[in-house]
Amino acid sequence: MKAIVSVVGKDKKGIIAKVSTCLYEMNINIENISQTIMQDYFTMIMAVDTADCPVKFDGIKQHLNELGKQTGVEIHIQLQSIFDSMHTLDTSDKEL
Amino acid sequence: MYSSNEIIETINMISQQHLDVRTITLGISLLDCITDSKKRTCEKIYDKIMSKAGNLVKIGNDISSEIGVPIVNKRISVTPVSLISAASKGHLEIIHTLDKIADETGIDFLGGYSALVHKAMTPYEKEFIRSIPEALSQTNKICSSINVATSKAGINMDAVALMGKIVKECAYMTRDKDSLACAKLVVFANAVEDNPFMAGAFLGTGEDDTVVNVGVSGPGVVKTALESCHGDLTEVAECIKQTAFKITRVGQLVAKEASNRLNASFGIVDLSLAPTPVVGDSVARILEEIGLESVGAYGTTACLAMLNDAVKKGGIMACSSVGGLSGAFIPVSEDAGMIKAAQIGALNLEKLEAMTAVCSVGLDMIAIPGDTTAEVISGIIADEIAIGVVNTKTTAVRVIPVYGKKAGEYAEFGGLLGRAPIMNINKYSPAKFINRGGRIPAPLHSNKN
Repeated sequence: MKAIVSVVGKDKKGIIAKVSTCLYEMNINIENISQTIMQDYFTMIMAVDTADCPVKFDGIKQHLNELGKQTGVEIHIQLQSIFDSMHTLDTSDKEL
Repeated sequence: MYSSNEIIETINMISQQHLDVRTITLGISLLDCITDSKKRTCEKIYDKIMSKAGNLVKIGNDISSEIGVPIVNKRISVTPVSLISAASKGHLEIIHTLDKIADETGIDFLGGYSALVHKAMTPYEKEFIRSIPEALSQTNKICSSINVATSKAGINMDAVALMGKIVKECAYMTRDKDSLACAKLVVFANAVEDNPFMAGAFLGTGEDDTVVNVGVSGPGVVKTALESCHGDLTEVAECIKQTAFKITRVGQLVAKEASNRLNASFGIVDLSLAPTPVVGDSVARILEEIGLESVGAYGTTACLAMLNDAVKKGGIMACSSVGGLSGAFIPVSEDAGMIKAAQIGALNLEKLEAMTAVCSVGLDMIAIPGDTTAEVISGIIADEIAIGVVNTKTTAVRVIPVYGKKAGEYAEFGGLLGRAPIMNINKYSPAKFINRGGRIPAPLHSNKN
């Protein structure tokens, strides 16, 4: 499943390293990364594919959530379809 | 691909502005459960609903987790029970079966203890309606609705008179819970067959066997979008439209996915701004953001008309099938801004009635003094229903004459139902008018053939 991982928080060293390691350990492929600093806040968006990940979606969420707590940033993962739905005009029916 | 800003916008809508899907409502037809045996009818109903909706709550929670948007309620609506129980007269047995199903499936509400009596009541339908106070006071999650009028048939004033008494009785039967049963009972004009919202949800006879109807929400999202809109009202309307589009797209996604997983038809998305008592999730605050000192001030009806229209225009393009009640809801007890306005005296029943002429759906969750007579309640119902019949729209009344309490005191319901300041009402009596009975004929413009 295609999903979006978003990481928002105070900028510090090693955020990308930690998140990508965590994703790698769950066998999740990163397809695209964009990262900026907005008003001192680190904002990273990753497009990922969970097709080969043995962990269930809830489990992935939990792992990332815990990592977020340890690192002091907020990490969300949501299926890409929610963003497709809200931000594109294509009104053909989306599937998750 | 979308930008980081768009992704952050979506995340903020969910985490800070209370964007949610208010309900996935699975409509289940019970027409194939009709028998002349009470026991057999109940067994068939139990088996059918459990086989169709056993996984409803789990599926709702899964979808919510995957897309990251809360789905606040999972509900069931059924064919009006008065039709299913007419052959066996087993309505009270059925309601206990439905209550058991609601508990076992873990859903939030089950709607459809309903009768459609817009032109006349059969003797059995009268008996059915008289059972509502007992039914609602003995169950927790069951909701009831009665359609007393349509633009085609006119207003069944016998039913309106009866419903005044039923509302009073419901209030008395749950007098220890601030007359909570009245919050689960709604009187309709032009009731719709695909409504996902409670207390008025039932599945019409023109619908499929199992149907998913979804109600979206998001007043907080609209309010936040308007905070950075400093233009004229044309720009305000445009801003609401664009926001409503995004909110409704979420509903479309959820409805599509839920219908796939539940193996049910995709019904409709109800384009609604449904508030909750939580701060920041209020329709009243949108109207105040547009420029009213308090909701209830002169200009409120105009603002609400614009809001309601813009929500529909934005939502209609966002989804493949629109239905239900679709519009801004203004339930008093469920909206922090409405509660405040009623508290400070900015909002009265008459202004609320005017507001219902331009939005969805009626006098909703309004607490009135416990000593209000049945005839006065029928008068309130008749006025609201007339607005619906003449304007060819759905209107409804859900008032709570809070037993033992007076104007200025509070009714506390908790949860999504919130708390309501008891409002003053006009004490002059419509008793002679109500007791005439009969039917107010359909308006001239309903004869369109």
